[in-house]
Amino acid sequence: MELRVDSVSKSFGQGSARKLVLDNISFTIRSGEFVALVGSSGSGKSTVMRLVAGLDRPSSGAIHLDGQPVRGPGSDRGMVFQKYSLYPWLTTAQNVAFGMRLQRLPAAEVRERTAYFLEVVGLADAARRLPRELSGGMQQRVAIARALAAAPKLLLLDEPFGALDLQIRESMQEFLHALWRRTGLTALLITHDIEEALLLAQQVHILAPRPGRIVRSVAVDLPAGERAPLRLQPPFLALREDLASCLRGLDSALSP
Amino acid sequence: MSDVSRRQRLLAHPWILGLAGLLLVLLLWSAITATGLVDGLFLPSPAAVFAAAQAQASTGILGRDLLASVSRVFSGFALSAAVALPLGIAMGSNRAICQLLEPLIGLIRYMPAPAFIPLLIIYFGLDELPKVMLIFLGTVFFNTLMIMDAVKFVPHELVETALTLGGSRAQVLRSVITPCIAPQVLDTYRINMASAWNLVIVAELVAANEGLGKRISLAQRFLRTDEIFVGLIVIGLIGLLIDLGFRLLMRRACAWAH
Repeated sequence: MELRVDSVSKSFGQGSARKLVLDNISFTIRSGEFVALVGSSGSGKSTVMRLVAGLDRPSSGAIHLDGQPVRGPGSDRGMVFQKYSLYPWLTTAQNVAFGMRLQRLPAAEVRERTAYFLEVVGLADAARRLPRELSGGMQQRVAIARALAAAPKLLLLDEPFGALDLQIRESMQEFLHALWRRTGLTALLITHDIEEALLLAQQVHILAPRPGRIVRSVAVDLPAGERAPLRLQPPFLALREDLASCLRGLDSALSP
Repeated sequence: MSDVSRRQRLLAHPWILGLAGLLLVLLLWSAITATGLVDGLFLPSPAAVFAAAQAQASTGILGRDLLASVSRVFSGFALSAAVALPLGIAMGSNRAICQLLEPLIGLIRYMPAPAFIPLLIIYFGLDELPKVMLIFLGTVFFNTLMIMDAVKFVPHELVETALTLGGSRAQVLRSVITPCIAPQVLDTYRINMASAWNLVIVAELVAANEGLGKRISLAQRFLRTDEIFVGLIVIGLIGLLIDLGFRLLMRRACAWAH
């Protein structure tokens, strides 16, 4: 699996109202990699995600998945939105099975894979509950299970923990890291949280705002295992501070 | 448990105050007629109205009228609901269809449906068809526009999630949009059913052999205010029953939305 984003630019609007949102973005994701895009609001990071998902088209440049140009949404790129993405009329298990049903997998396989992915995200006990009966963290785990159950080549995570409380957020980060180690999934994470990006990703791209462009790329090499202890280690803190000041510099350059 | 808290709990039940309001009006009505201040011709007593209802029920007139009115309302409204659902979904999910039809429907829906009665009689005669068509015409555009709005308010994420899970446009319509709008569709039907009732009475006042509206207009001719009251109360009660039926259906079928 290889995702190539080549010199992608995106503008919205027409004529004099035309606004450049993304300027010449390029990056690559290979099988098993976890890549994060970090930026403040206005950096167009969600637009990058929508372009990769095929929900929007680039104004120029190209996106290829395994050599094939991305022309629209497809089951090879699963997406987890920040919120509101579970089907409120379906139970947890039915939500997880939803993509497999759309793909018309045999019923027995759907049942088996649903049970497996519910197990993976630790929600086997909640199979029959409705989304409104679940906490925010549980809902996002269901959304992740649903995306994974549809067997995507690439998992797209658009601020998946942005709507969660800090504590739940941290436990979800542990969960996602363990999931990545266990399943070997390939993921693209969008976040405004540098710490989250550094803890989860092997490759972090910093996006500058207005127009969105990659200004810095960092390879991260943290040990596997629990994430919590890493947060306090001096090398991690130094890297985090370095990137944070980079982001701050981008913001202050904009203010008058 | 103290008396005070028991009384508070009793009052807290949602039906108690409503029933009290109803009883109050009944009591007031009885009191006014008992004093003889108002001529019984203008305001018959509750007992007289009840007697009239019993008389109509025992001769079978009430049953026939009910059946006639209810079947008109149901066939006209069923037709309206069946046309409005696909049309509303199409308009809500396709911009071109919406732009094509919205101004047209917006225009027609402001034409009062009863004003179509003369045309409908010329087209369809005096049988059941013009009455059914009146109910259809008077409700289909409201049903359509309200369903269209429900579709437009389906969260984008739900649609886009289905697309990124490999869903086709047709699958999105069937598996995302349709179940998502089900509660609003039922509510739309519940609300517009009230207009269907208005229209059937209007249609029967103009031309019919039987029906609750017809009975009311006959009663007027013979100054039978007690029978007019019977008609009004029965219409109100049936409307209330239908409303409750829709609410029950919604609670059963769309438990997730509560």
